[in-house]
Amino acid sequence: MSSDQLVLYRLQACPYCERVVRVLDDLGLDYRSRFVEPMHSERTVVRRLTGKRTVPALVDEATGVTMSESANIVDYLRATYGEGGEA
Amino acid sequence: MVDFEVTDLPETDHVAAGDEAPEFTRPLVGEEFWEDRSFAALVDEEAPLLLLTHPMDGAFPTTYVWNALADHGIVDRLPVVGCSVSTPYEHRDLLADRGVDARLYSDPAAGVAEAYGVTHDLDGMAGVSEHRLAAFLVDEDRVVRHAWVASQQPDFPDYEALTAAVDDLV
Repeated sequence: MSSDQLVLYRLQACPYCERVVRVLDDLGLDYRSRFVEPMHSERTVVRRLTGKRTVPALVDEATGVTMSESANIVDYLRATYGEGGEA
Repeated sequence: MVDFEVTDLPETDHVAAGDEAPEFTRPLVGEEFWEDRSFAALVDEEAPLLLLTHPMDGAFPTTYVWNALADHGIVDRLPVVGCSVSTPYEHRDLLADRGVDARLYSDPAAGVAEAYGVTHDLDGMAGVSEHRLAAFLVDEDRVVRHAWVASQQPDFPDYEALTAAVDDLV
């Protein structure tokens, strides 16, 4: 898979982001990391994408999915790219 | 008049006009996020562009050169990407403070300075190498069409010569 298809918006030292990173790595997925503004109020790029300012946020260009909340992202990645997943 | 000294910098075998601009990947900082970005890929997508290596964010030559590139309208004519040892957080502040439409590579270990032959051992400070002020105008084949490297400290590009070189490409 091309590294352009999965884009992870993350924050340095953010445990919820690292949780997603661990699953991406476990699944052997290539992804592009974009580190965003630590100040919550200035995280405009994430808000534009997801409607919220929280990280992590994931954009999957292969499926057109954009989502936030690490638990949701982890579930999505496992369901889509894990063993017996859809892709 | 107060005596002051403009220091000569040592001769350096830097990347020159006609050379291929060395490829590198470093975090590239924009207004909203930073991510690893290959310089060759950036050139593929956006050339001609200007690569400007400069002293760390906060040093007065850095402030001057970004103001001057804006004043001379160069940042309005082609993509300009800076590169210094400063962190992405410092780069974000520089972009906000100067209000320039540019992106900045973060190169803390000064490997890009080494590749371009523009390393500056910072005024005898232990353990710190950074970038000389230098400007490389790069075409769509990643060939350097105009190069200027500081030979003194402080020293600033000849903005008229740079503008003329931009005129030939844009």
